[in-house]
Amino acid sequence: MSKHFLILLLLGCTSAFAQTKQTTTATGKQLYAQYCLTCHQEDGEGVPNMNPPLTQTSYVLGDKKKLIAWVLKGSGNEKVPIDGNTYSNNMPPQSALKDDEIAKILTYIRSNFGNKASAVSTAEVKAARETVK
Amino acid sequence: MKTSLATAVCFCAMAIGTIACKNSSSNPETESTSSAAQQSASNNKAGDSATLTLPAGFSAATVAENLSGPRHLVVTPQNDIYVKLSDAKNGKGIVILHVDGNGKATTTGGFGDYGGTGITIKNGYLYASSNDDVYRYKLDANNRVINENQPEKIATGLTNKGMHNSKSLVLDNAGNIYVNIGAPSNVCAEQGNDKKGMQPCPILETAGGIWMFKADKQAQKQNDGVHYATGLRNVVGMDWNNVTNSLFVMQHGRDNLHNASPQNYTEQQSAELPAECMYELHQGANAGWPYMYYDQNQHKKLVNPEYGGDGKKEADASYIDPVVAFPGHMAPDGLLFYTGNMFPEKYKNGAFIAFHGSWNRAPEPQKGYLVAFVPFNNGKPSGNWEIFADGFTGGQEFMQPGKARHRPCGLAQGPDGSLYVSDDAGGTIYRITYHQ
Ligand code: HEC
Repeated sequence: MSKHFLILLLLGCTSAFAQTKQTTTATGKQLYAQYCLTCHQEDGEGVPNMNPPLTQTSYVLGDKKKLIAWVLKGSGNEKVPIDGNTYSNNMPPQSALKDDEIAKILTYIRSNFGNKASAVSTAEVKAARETVK
Repeated sequence: MKTSLATAVCFCAMAIGTIACKNSSSNPETESTSSAAQQSASNNKAGDSATLTLPAGFSAATVAENLSGPRHLVVTPQNDIYVKLSDAKNGKGIVILHVDGNGKATTTGGFGDYGGTGITIKNGYLYASSNDDVYRYKLDANNRVINENQPEKIATGLTNKGMHNSKSLVLDNAGNIYVNIGAPSNVCAEQGNDKKGMQPCPILETAGGIWMFKADKQAQKQNDGVHYATGLRNVVGMDWNNVTNSLFVMQHGRDNLHNASPQNYTEQQSAELPAECMYELHQGANAGWPYMYYDQNQHKKLVNPEYGGDGKKEADASYIDPVVAFPGHMAPDGLLFYTGNMFPEKYKNGAFIAFHGSWNRAPEPQKGYLVAFVPFNNGKPSGNWEIFADGFTGGQEFMQPGKARHRPCGLAQGPDGSLYVSDDAGGTIYRITYHQ
C-alpha cells in the first residue's frame, strides 16, 4: 500500500512539475465546493430536471477515462441523457482545472454521496487529458 | 426560515427600494407582505400540501393534486382548466379539469401528445406549445376544444437545444402571438473557455429573444416570424398588459457570478446577483444579455465579467431598463396582470409573479419559492413589490433545491377573479380567493 501511495505521490509530483505549477493544497471537498457544488449541490443530489445527481450514476461509478473526459469537456451544447434522464442545464468544461485538482475532486465524488469507487490519480487525469486534446 | 427569508428579501428589496419593510428587526410583524397579518391556507393534508401564508382576507385551497409536471394553465368562463404538462403522460400533454361549485377539480379529459409549457386562450382558440412548435385548437361556444386530434400548427421548428427550451405564449389584441425562445447558454461563453464571452454572441441570431408570429397562419418557421426583442437570456413568465397595450416579460438572470470572477464577487454576492428583471418590451427592444446584467443594489446595468466587467463597469446605456428588479435566482416562471373583481382594489391591473425558487445560491440557503405582487397604476408600478403567497415548501430552510416539494410555476385567473397557481414539482393546483 505504501509503495502504491509513493508511486501515486511521485506521479502527482512529476505531473505537477511538468505543468510547472504547484500542486494544490485544497482538499477534494473544498475543490468540489468551489467548482461543482452550485450545480450538483452539497449532497451530490443535483437539481431535479436541471443538473444531474452524482450519486450512483454510471458516469461517476464507471470507467474513469470516460468520467475524466466528461469533466474536462463538459456537456457541450447537445443534451446527453444520464441514465435515462435528461437535464436541461449545460455543464461548462472544467479543463482549466489542474490534473491534481480534478483527481482530488473525482476521488472525493467517487467516495462520497453514497458512492464507493476507487480513487482517481493525477496520472490518470494527465493521461486522459492527452486523449481529450 | 420564514423570518430570515423575509428579512433577506426585505433587505435586498429595501436596497432596491421596491418594498415596504417597516424595520429590519426579526419581529414577525416585519413580514414582507404589505399586510402584516398572515393566515394559513386550508389546504393541509397531513404534511403533504404546503401551508400557504397570504395577506389577511385571502385563503388558498388545493383544487387538484398529483398532476404530472403542470406548467402553465388557463381557466375558461365555464370553469374548465386546461393545464400544459411538461411531458405528455399516457400520450396526453394537456389535461382538462373541471372545477365544481365546491372548488374541487376533477379531470374530465386530455389530449395533445407533446410536453411543453405554454398555453393560453384568445378569440375562440386554445393555443399551446411544445418545446419546438406552437399549436392552436378551435373552441366551441363553451370553450371546449372541437377537434382534439387536429390542431393547426402555427409555428414550427423553433430553436430547441435542450436548455431554456420552453416556449411560453401570449397574444396581443391585433392578431399576433409572441413566443419566447430562450438562449441555450448561461452567458454565451466560448466553447472550451467559460470565462470568455463570445463577441458578438451568435446565439442571439436564433434565440435569446421574443419572436412574433401571425396568430392565424399555419406552418410559420422561425424566420417567418418577426424577431421582436433580443438580449433576453430566458423568459418563461410573460403576459400582455391591456392598460399599456404592450408585452411584459420576466427574465431569468445569469448564474454563477462568483465562479466566473471570484475576485469581483463573493459567494454571498453571487447568491443575490444579478436581478431577476421584469421588462416591458416594444419592437426592437434589447435587454443586453449576454453582455450585461442588472444589479438591483446599485440600480445599474453592469458589464458581465465574461465581457470585461468587474462588478462596477457600466454597460451601454442603450439597453433597456427593467420595470421591476427582484433578487437573483428566484426563477420567475409565471406572470399575470390581474383584471378580476374578487380581490381588493389595490390588486387591479397589478402584476402577480410566480417564482419557481432558486438552485444557484449555494452556500447560502435556497429561496424564492413564492408568488409575488407588484401594484400598478396607469401601466407603471405604483408601489413596492411584496410577497403575496409563501410557504410552498413548508417553511423549513434548506440547501438542496430537490427538497422543495411545491414550486410555483403557472398563473391563471378564474372567471370569478380567483387566482390559480400551478406547482410543477408537487403537481398541485392551488386556488386563491378573497373574502371580506
Ligand atoms: C453550471 C452547472 C454545472 C457545474 C458547475 C458542474 N456541472 Fe457537472 N453537470 C452539469 C449538467 C447540467 C450535467 C448534465 C449535462 C447533460 O446531460 O447534457 C452534468 C453532468 C455531470 C456528470 C455526468 C453525469 C452524472 O450525473 O454522473 C458528472 C460526472 C459531472 N457533471 C461532474 C461534475 C464535476 C466534477 C464538476 C466540478 C468540477 C461539475 N460537474 C460542475 C452541470 C454542472
